Amino acid sequence: MELTLDFPKVKAIVESYTEKVDSLIDSYAGNKEQLISLLQDVQAEFNYLPQDVLVKISQKLDIPLSQVFSVVTFFRAFTLKPRGRHLVTVCLGTACHVKGGRRLVEKIERDYGIKPGETSGDMRFTLEAVNCLGCCALGPVVVVDGKYESKMNPDKLDRVLRGYK
Amino acid sequence: MVEQVRKLLEKRVESAAELESLRQSILGKRDTSRTCISVCGGTACRASGAEAVVEAFLDEIERRELQVQVEMKETGCHGFCEKGPLVVIEPKKIFYQQVKPEDIPEIIAETVLGGKVVERLLYVDPVSAEKITCEPDVPFYKRQTRTIFGANGTINPTNIEDYIAIGGYSALSKVLTGMKPQQIVDEIKKSGLRGRGGGGFPTGKKWQSCRDAEADFKYVICNADEGDPGAYQDRSLLEGNPHSVLEGMIIGAYAIGSHRGYIYVRNEYPLAVRHARIAIEQAMGYGLLGENILGSGFDFNVTINKGGGAFVCGESSALMASLEGKIGEPKAKYVHMSEKGLWDNPSLLNNVKTWANVPLIINKGADWYSKIGTAGSKGTMIFSLVGNINNTGLVEVPMGITLREMIFDIGGGIPNGKKFKAVQTGGPSGGCIPEQFLDTPMDFDELTKLGSMMGSGGMIVMDEDTCMVDVAKYFIEFLKGESCGKCTPCREGINRMSEILANITQGKGKPEDLDKLEDLAEVLSAGALCALGQSAANPVMSTLKYFRDEYTAHIEQKKCPAGVCRDLIQYSINPEKCQGCLRCLRACPTGAITGEKRQAHTLNQGLCIKCGACYDVCKFDAVIRQ
Amino acid sequence: MAKVWIDGETSIEVEDPDGVNAVRLTVDDKEIIVSPGQTILEAVQRRNGIGNIPALCHHPAVKPYGACRICTVEVSEDGGSKFKFVAACLYPVKEGLIVKTQTEKIKKLRKGIIELMLARCPDVPKIQELAEEYGVEKPRFVLGDQDCILCGLCVRACQEIMGKSAISLVNRGIYREVAAPFYAYELTEECIGCGDCAFVCPTGAIEMGEDGRPILPKVKIPFAEIETLMKKEAVIPS
Repeated sequence: MELTLDFPKVKAIVESYTEKVDSLIDSYAGNKEQLISLLQDVQAEFNYLPQDVLVKISQKLDIPLSQVFSVVTFFRAFTLKPRGRHLVTVCLGTACHVKGGRRLVEKIERDYGIKPGETSGDMRFTLEAVNCLGCCALGPVVVVDGKYESKMNPDKLDRVLRGYK
Repeated sequence: MVEQVRKLLEKRVESAAELESLRQSILGKRDTSRTCISVCGGTACRASGAEAVVEAFLDEIERRELQVQVEMKETGCHGFCEKGPLVVIEPKKIFYQQVKPEDIPEIIAETVLGGKVVERLLYVDPVSAEKITCEPDVPFYKRQTRTIFGANGTINPTNIEDYIAIGGYSALSKVLTGMKPQQIVDEIKKSGLRGRGGGGFPTGKKWQSCRDAEADFKYVICNADEGDPGAYQDRSLLEGNPHSVLEGMIIGAYAIGSHRGYIYVRNEYPLAVRHARIAIEQAMGYGLLGENILGSGFDFNVTINKGGGAFVCGESSALMASLEGKIGEPKAKYVHMSEKGLWDNPSLLNNVKTWANVPLIINKGADWYSKIGTAGSKGTMIFSLVGNINNTGLVEVPMGITLREMIFDIGGGIPNGKKFKAVQTGGPSGGCIPEQFLDTPMDFDELTKLGSMMGSGGMIVMDEDTCMVDVAKYFIEFLKGESCGKCTPCREGINRMSEILANITQGKGKPEDLDKLEDLAEVLSAGALCALGQSAANPVMSTLKYFRDEYTAHIEQKKCPAGVCRDLIQYSINPEKCQGCLRCLRACPTGAITGEKRQAHTLNQGLCIKCGACYDVCKFDAVIRQ
Repeated sequence: MAKVWIDGETSIEVEDPDGVNAVRLTVDDKEIIVSPGQTILEAVQRRNGIGNIPALCHHPAVKPYGACRICTVEVSEDGGSKFKFVAACLYPVKEGLIVKTQTEKIKKLRKGIIELMLARCPDVPKIQELAEEYGVEKPRFVLGDQDCILCGLCVRACQEIMGKSAISLVNRGIYREVAAPFYAYELTEECIGCGDCAFVCPTGAIEMGEDGRPILPKVKIPFAEIETLMKKEAVIPS
């Protein structure tokens, strides 16, 4: 099969991407201390932190790239790899742990082959484990794409996840 | 948008007198006899479906055209999270729990219009089986002193006028019209307020040191990076009553001479961030924040910064590093942050709850405040009571109340007839307190004497089915993931402790492991750079102190008495109880269970991975765990 | 007149220095007189025979960091009734400070820290020397095979001496390591191949490669069976 490149289309995509990146960075112009907030905005926009955007941030905000890289690797909120279509966050706070939160993580590991921080090969799920979402009365808690599911067990989790393609 | 701005500008008050007349006009417009339905909109209730309940109310009110007679308000967290979604009907304060959208038509018809109570939605006292109608009579609330948290249930956090109506910003008025900065600091000192974030440092002393420091710029910071697992009161306070925190910060800024403030909120709290942003916008629109506050000539601006997912950023120097755009690495605090903090400038950092106490102290006076609590710990404290307890939720009580009262009178005791084993206070920096100390008063110094600490107010109750070695391992694993990695004792020491604890829970422990743990604990407490490392060994040491026999059982007999540690327990099926329903067979992920319908199943130990799924699904108690 | 020590064996009498901009403190029961604005470690290192404070992450050419913690000493600010543990490389000298550098507790702490370091880097000569001095024979933990003790001197040298920022400390906790951005040097021209990082490294963990760029020590975790829930996938360089 021959692949034909639709040059105008590709150009438009690249331009809109560049525009988006530039406008995000410019909104923080000159505010080096807002680096973490800017990174969060970029990650919210692209679902991960593309390397070239980080380089651009370093240049435009005049922050050494090594410092940007240190910040990105230090904070758990940031990821350098693209995330899956659906983000599954399992709470492993003490209250949820005491009620069996660990088993939910293990179930996902068995069924989808991913550990916390990893994305399934088909880009369907990204699993994150966090320490306490603050809904301790309803533990164990799992959040899928922003939707909170309470009093979870491996069975219920299975049914919930099947609904996300 | 222009419309909104114009509306806000019209409301702008330019003096304390104008604020007071605004307050009166708001109150005048409110009809206190009008029915008001307040639905708890805290994150926990939302997770239980509160949003659908709100929608259902709006639909029903519209359908019956009751908009004039009935007001519906989505409020902050009410605190009784176990029983959410919660609905309180004013003015009688009728308390409905576990409300579902299907219940709404009945509530409107029976209670709102008919003046009758819907019995099945009332709280039932588990001991007396009595049905309780009014919120203040519910045992969970009755024993509390909700001077700060109580407002959550009555205001809509996204409407500043609700806050003004209950007296909000009157402390700020008092301060800007009649108090000198040093007076304010003196009042805070006299009140005896101590930091509610974990350290328990005398707040007045911190304010004084910041006031005395000489610099061109000073900063005021609110630490909302609540990281202790199991503690969520800061979140609920910031979500439910952000103005109380703002007001405290403005007063603090005036007292020390700062014009710039930051609220550092955890990344995992989107609702708190949203409500704080709205609160700041509205406060600015009403002239209560920003330039020339209440016409006093005092300027103060606040920005919200989100955390990046690092527990260590709850530590003040790490938080400030993060605010500067750097990694959250703590540094030595031989010179206090209140003298050299953010960008080496004097910085006043306090916890959310500490800030919320400030307007109260200013309004009611330090004398009133210091009468509540004990000699060393004044005022009230908001705790999150979670774990193996009947009434999970957020509790505000005066300092000095005993653990027993908290857990059994307010918390309602342990569910499922289990026995109390220990309560963990102070998060990963605290320790486990066993039964013999239940009559200890909740006091900063009393808890420290027991080898634990008050911390940020997290209280995790554990029953007899909890393995204390597993608890210690859990906290060490947590800290291992959160250690910044800068100093040797914390980075290496915690890692080695986690190796040892993993071995012990897997049955590979040796007797000298306990000595190694104790030695590592000493290295940590003497050598670590920051409080995370210095207190990291507390959960291990406290469980070792009070539950040493569990450790020796794991090491010497290779047994887990509580039946928790995976490698030391065994599941089997009791053929006498098994009904052959195939449930466990289907639940088993490795096919370790075999059997026919209506015949006793068997569990193949070789294939069993001890996941416990069969134990969970069996309805006949036929799966044995030992 | 007051008796102050200028090194381990020599003491002199000085006139009571009122109005002189100097700080008097006691180190291991010997009173010394120093200029203000320095740290305990600096004051002690300048005087032979006074005090005994080892230090690994310290270098006179860069700012102190306080990471290795082996320079921990006991100090008292209230005349000797209460002592606390502080890092000598960061703690400023104060009038009337009482410093103890060789108490039993300090020796035990140093022994503990060295044991941890030796377990992490068993082949590093500098650590082996310290181990011998403080009586650490064989660490009671599973041995790793690192060379880097994460003192951060290389990063600070690059930043403070050279004014560049070619390398930094990335990741956190036990996964912390020294690396160039994205583990590659070609992205920016920050690294000029000066070799300062290799020079200040106390353990010899950095070598200069043939291309003129330093070869940084990569963290080889796990060195024992570590089950972590929070492991993020590291960006693997090709």
